[in-house]
Amino acid sequence: MLEHYLNLALTAVFVENIALAFFLGMCSFMAVSRRVDTAVGLGLAVTFVLTVTVPMNNLVYIYLLKPGALSWLHDDLATVDLSFLGFLTYIGTIAAMVQILEMVIDRFLPRLYNALGVFLPLIAVNCAILGASLWMVERNYNLGESVVFGLGSGVGWLLAIAALAAIREKLRYNNIPAGLRGLGITFITVGLMAIAFMAFAGIKL
Amino acid sequence: MPEGYRKTFFDPVITNNPIAVQVLGICSALAVTTQLKATVVMVVALTLVTGFSSFFVSLMRNGLPNSIRIIVQLVIIASLVIITDQILKAFAFEISRQLSVFVGLIITNCIVMARAEGFAMRNPPFLSLVDGLGNGVGYGVVLLSVAFFRELLGSGRLLGYQVFSLASEGGWYTPNGLMVLAPGAFFIIGIFIWVVRTIKPEQVEAD
Repeated sequence: MLEHYLNLALTAVFVENIALAFFLGMCSFMAVSRRVDTAVGLGLAVTFVLTVTVPMNNLVYIYLLKPGALSWLHDDLATVDLSFLGFLTYIGTIAAMVQILEMVIDRFLPRLYNALGVFLPLIAVNCAILGASLWMVERNYNLGESVVFGLGSGVGWLLAIAALAAIREKLRYNNIPAGLRGLGITFITVGLMAIAFMAFAGIKL
Repeated sequence: MPEGYRKTFFDPVITNNPIAVQVLGICSALAVTTQLKATVVMVVALTLVTGFSSFFVSLMRNGLPNSIRIIVQLVIIASLVIITDQILKAFAFEISRQLSVFVGLIITNCIVMARAEGFAMRNPPFLSLVDGLGNGVGYGVVLLSVAFFRELLGSGRLLGYQVFSLASEGGWYTPNGLMVLAPGAFFIIGIFIWVVRTIKPEQVEAD
């Protein structure tokens, strides 16, 4: 059992890295990777929000949306299938969770709140968050698996953006052809990183 | 077509392209471009969603309290995406399987949000509709060219038809497997941006 969870976490972090293998959260991945410290800040915020929202959406899916999910309310509702409302509900859950998290962190952990700064509210529209929830539904994870998957995906994303930011800080001192400077070279760097991450394919515990 | 509408439509297609210049909506640009057919469907879906979400947001812009505008925009966009998803599931099930979660991810596609927030909140409905469609087409131009090269070089096909005869079937072309995988997408977009910026050097941003 433990092995299964470890395997899932390893896959989420390395083999199926959501940034480098599934291209999720690319907009902020490109925009916020100029400096290592901001990149790590955003990475931590994403990890945090993913770990909370994926299990939340898992509960929403299992107890509200899945075909026959409402049977715990009343027997007559056993035939109801609300899964078409998925997108609307997940994005609502995410937006609400981010809002609540922001208030809770502001109240109880002011230091973390200052460190995350503007990144926290922006995360609601980061496609990595919604993407992870949609993968969770598509792959039919249970609650435990979705906690591990959420955390693992977040750590993978953090790892990727921190590495990219470190490379970009060094790239600034290099003599890059004029048209390739900035965005162009960043894409090619990420491509090379994706090749490196492909080396993890097939690793299993 | 009056001058203002034409400019609003063609500006995002050529000079202010959402992907190459504004760097928005890259996730799906990379993920759905392994095959041209799926890309065409994705482009049509995104263009319609962007156009109509801008239209509806613009219709409501005067009565919308500032504090809840983001959530209202999200609800409008999510509803449009649900309709798109249901239509795809009903009439193009194979392609909807292939696009999997990326249809849902149109909701968080930055282009849609950026047009709703940045343009539709300040402009009349029909102009916003045109702006949304124009941005969708600008996104489509980049996506289709990326998908063209990825499918042609990666599997020797276009729209599913064999164009290059493969070495495995006695032909001359050995498919470049890298193009179908994730890194190939990054390289092609990187090179695309390089070409665009060599032609138009003013687009290079300060780093």
